[in-house]
Amino acid sequence: MKLSENWLREWVNPDFDVQVIAEKLTQAGLEVDSVSPVAGDFSGVLVGQVKSVVPHPDADKLRVCEVDVAGDALLHIVCGASNVREGLKIPVAVVGAVLLGDFKIKKAKLRGEPSFGMLCSAKELGLAESSEGLLELPEDAPVGKDIRDYLSLNDFTIEVDLTPNRSDCLGVAGIARELGVVSRTNLTPVKINEVAPAVETRFPVSVEANQACANYIGRVIENINPAAKTPLWMQEKLRRSGLRSLGAVVDITNYVMLELGQPMHAFDLQKLQQFITVRFAKPGEKLTLLDGQEVEIAEQTLIIADASGPLALAGVMGGEASAVTAQTTSLFLEAAFFAPDAIAGQARSYGLHTDSSHRFERGVDPQLAEQAMHRATSLILEIAGGQAGPLTVVNDKDALPETPQILLRANRIKRVLGIELEAAEVEEQLTRLGLEVTAIRDGWLVMVPSFRFDINIEVDLIEELGRLYGYDRLPQTRPEISVLPGTISEKRLATERLQNLLVDRGYFEAITYSFVDPTVQQHFADSDIEPIKLANPISADLSDMRHSLWPGLVQAMVYNLNRQHDRVRLFEVGRVFRGELANIDQHQCIGGLIYGDLKSEQWAEKNRKVDFFDVKADVEALLALGNGKVEFRAESHPALHPGQSARIYQDNKAVGWIGALHPKLNKPLGFTGKAYVFELALTVCLQSDVPKFSTLSRYPAIRRDLALVVDNSVVAFEIEHCLKGIESDILKAIQLFDVYSGDGVELGKKSIAVAFHLQHGERTMTDDEVDALMLQITRKLQNDLGAMVRT
Amino acid sequence: MAELSSQLLALKEIVEAAKTAIENATDAKTLDNVRVEYLGKKGLITGYVKELGNLSVEERPLIGKEVNLAKQEVAGLTEARTKVLAEQAMQAALAAETVDVTLPGRNAEVGGLHPVTRTLQRIEQYFRQIGFQIAEGPEIEDGDHNFTALNIPESHPARAMHDTFYFNAEMLLRTHTSPVQIRVMEEQQPPLRIIAPGRVYRCDSDLTHTPMFHQVEGLMVDENVSFTDLKGILADFLQAFFEKPLNVRFRPSYFPFTEPSAEADIECVICGGEGCRVCSHTGWLEVLGCGMVHPKVFEHVNIDSEKYLGLAFGMGVERLAMLRYGVNDLRLFFENDLRFLRQFK
Repeated sequence: MKLSENWLREWVNPDFDVQVIAEKLTQAGLEVDSVSPVAGDFSGVLVGQVKSVVPHPDADKLRVCEVDVAGDALLHIVCGASNVREGLKIPVAVVGAVLLGDFKIKKAKLRGEPSFGMLCSAKELGLAESSEGLLELPEDAPVGKDIRDYLSLNDFTIEVDLTPNRSDCLGVAGIARELGVVSRTNLTPVKINEVAPAVETRFPVSVEANQACANYIGRVIENINPAAKTPLWMQEKLRRSGLRSLGAVVDITNYVMLELGQPMHAFDLQKLQQFITVRFAKPGEKLTLLDGQEVEIAEQTLIIADASGPLALAGVMGGEASAVTAQTTSLFLEAAFFAPDAIAGQARSYGLHTDSSHRFERGVDPQLAEQAMHRATSLILEIAGGQAGPLTVVNDKDALPETPQILLRANRIKRVLGIELEAAEVEEQLTRLGLEVTAIRDGWLVMVPSFRFDINIEVDLIEELGRLYGYDRLPQTRPEISVLPGTISEKRLATERLQNLLVDRGYFEAITYSFVDPTVQQHFADSDIEPIKLANPISADLSDMRHSLWPGLVQAMVYNLNRQHDRVRLFEVGRVFRGELANIDQHQCIGGLIYGDLKSEQWAEKNRKVDFFDVKADVEALLALGNGKVEFRAESHPALHPGQSARIYQDNKAVGWIGALHPKLNKPLGFTGKAYVFELALTVCLQSDVPKFSTLSRYPAIRRDLALVVDNSVVAFEIEHCLKGIESDILKAIQLFDVYSGDGVELGKKSIAVAFHLQHGERTMTDDEVDALMLQITRKLQNDLGAMVRT
Repeated sequence: MAELSSQLLALKEIVEAAKTAIENATDAKTLDNVRVEYLGKKGLITGYVKELGNLSVEERPLIGKEVNLAKQEVAGLTEARTKVLAEQAMQAALAAETVDVTLPGRNAEVGGLHPVTRTLQRIEQYFRQIGFQIAEGPEIEDGDHNFTALNIPESHPARAMHDTFYFNAEMLLRTHTSPVQIRVMEEQQPPLRIIAPGRVYRCDSDLTHTPMFHQVEGLMVDENVSFTDLKGILADFLQAFFEKPLNVRFRPSYFPFTEPSAEADIECVICGGEGCRVCSHTGWLEVLGCGMVHPKVFEHVNIDSEKYLGLAFGMGVERLAMLRYGVNDLRLFFENDLRFLRQFK
């Protein structure tokens, strides 16, 4: 809601400046977004009248004027505007004037003709974004008067960003009421007189949808002057509220809406057939709206219709065919109460948002229609003439919103706000707001006026009291603690620990969008995953929910590679989205990517590119933080190199992937080189065990090494798995420390060296038992895997 | 006696020669040769002792004493010289191993947390200290939790203001972290203290909006919490977060799920309240929304609003991070440019 300071002061005129007004409104919950001057910064512009116009002797498009500014003599001014004519009153920047942008008006010569000033357009005074020709002033404008005074330009537009509950403030009257309360200043509202009918002409009205329209007031006004101009003062007020002038009648209805908060509509009476009815649309009905678009009206839409069909979307927008035009001489004026429920969502369903729908869906005072009708009638008669008919009122009092009576308890005020309020203060503040307050034992009964749609229950009243007392005046307190501190589980790590580990290993954390480009994500589609699609994405390249962290990470990598980084390590923690909407799997994952050199460039050591075992080391480190019992199985994934990819399992359940990105992705994703990625369900990394102590052995430990020759197809995991089957109370640890193939090893085979760490908890081991164990191990390896011990 | 004195003289000369030889020895081996030459079994000084047999009984102790003194002296000098040479050898070895200590260490770069995470961690740490637990909820939400249970019925103007991403008529991307309040209250009985950090989504993208951002929701439900507690908790938090005493201002506002509702502004941290571009020359920055839980919200989750009161708040994490670190462009948070990320190590 925009309104000018001057307009507001006509209604309530507290003794402080506009900045303080803005501050007070903001503190009352009507947040002032901006306070801006209504005109540009200029001086020295007077009301002038063109006394004569002659063509410029040397220029076709210029004219030479004699202009009266009530000075000693007429001013000789050269002007290029096409609408300059004798008798016209216009703003004149006289010599010495300073216009926008510090433009000083001096004596000048234009094509040889001297010129003592400049005739101005609205744009040149900062009154419009653009304008054609000179700003034409009314005939009664006083010649010689400073234009700033004449048009009251030393004024400010106050823009209030109203929350949706405060529909009562969508008019000057409402904001004035609030300002009156917070500044304890009495209101001086505009006087609205009932306009008695001058003619008996009526147009019949019926309301079929009485729940949606509990009050409809119509009135005919005949014989108006179709050429009537909107007075400049009204144009200026509308402009300062952000509305354009669209002709006298429409301007007046808009003016009343801005002033009182009641949206109105004017129909051209000649275009209406037989009667007006308010009803819901019938199937297939269509209407061409004022903005020119034709809409098919849905059945749940409330409309105004006549015998021929729909005329307007009730409370949203009128139709083109029945609209007031420059030829209209008779009007049917409408002021109605449409229930918020009936209007809410309607405008949006047609892609519309109008000043009218904005108000009706938030709630317009049902008591306001009649006043607004009289106010608009008197303005029309004053500006466009004509004769008004009697009011046609169709209402159903039972269908009007109830005005609630609320019990307000003094102790509840204290419990919610945290302070006790004086009874006198409670009563005074609520009364100023227009509420009727009756004191009872330990509280009050409060009647809420029809304009406050937002006050329905006790706590709504408490909020009113709080904000009027001033949130800033309320003390700050610290609550008593009655919540027990939560237990800190040692069986679950904090996600932070994982993040810190990767950071310490050189990764930067990325945060990428949860929706990704389907053309990128398709490269990462793991077998039967169907991406979840947004119905209304912000753009095509952000339209699918990610089912993996990789598309985002790879795109972030490419972004950085394109900016001269050649070493990238990124990770992300976030949800991935899979499955059906009815049964979504949206678990958290931790994923990472490495690319380029193992170490950042340095002098000390020969560098090398990262490989699979670097990223695996990072994953193993992550898993080692918790109890991390997983298994890596060579499996293929569409986005991964078939020879360098593994699926990660925990208890035979797939929990992640690791591998080199498939080289076929380089081209579509726009990078060269090798990237290695991983992704794991977060919970797998977070599981942890409470450490359990076991006694330290005081007896010597020994190490025995075996070099095993196995087929190339035997993987390390199989050896590890085989050795797990050995039961022994002296075998403490097994460690693989060399892998070799080549000279000395038969083709198709490889040599794997394994160290066995042996120790007994309670005594020194004997050679015999060690030898026996090693023999058992060698045999098992030989039996299970065909491993030969190399000597 | 002439014999004796000439012998003593000769001994003296030998000792002198030994001294010179010790001093001239520049390595351990030469020095050892010197030691053997003078003090060895057949050494020049040892040789004197053998000649004592030629002397008279009176002379013998005299010369014996002198020889012993000479031995001790040479042995002492040898030992001292050994130490000096060892020290010199150590010094030479160390000098040979000198490195340029100003060269950088064998480098493995340490990475960094995203500034949003960094900010979230600060917020979480603070609220943990005052007894809040962390709660989570789904990002693909249903309209019931995201709106209806929060007293935002279908066709409420506030729904339109949320710029919601939809999947179908029912499922959507949560537009705020407030549905986590509902999920917590559906599961747990008061007293409650939780914060819910996480990603939220709005269908809006321009200079100051990204379609995804982060919020932290807070909820406290107890028999005796009031609006003044809400003010206290948030004012304390904001001062702790920015690590300075700040003016905090509470303004009435409107959220369908709280009543009374407020927005909190802090004195502009860029200009100190003087007025600048960041605060639109108001001197204030809006940083969070808050209020007392609306009775309708309690009704929806079967909590008795006569017995319990609740306070709730929600804050934008990027907004706080921008103010804390002076970031001037919201979109940088999601470009993941390493030049940006490196600044938050």
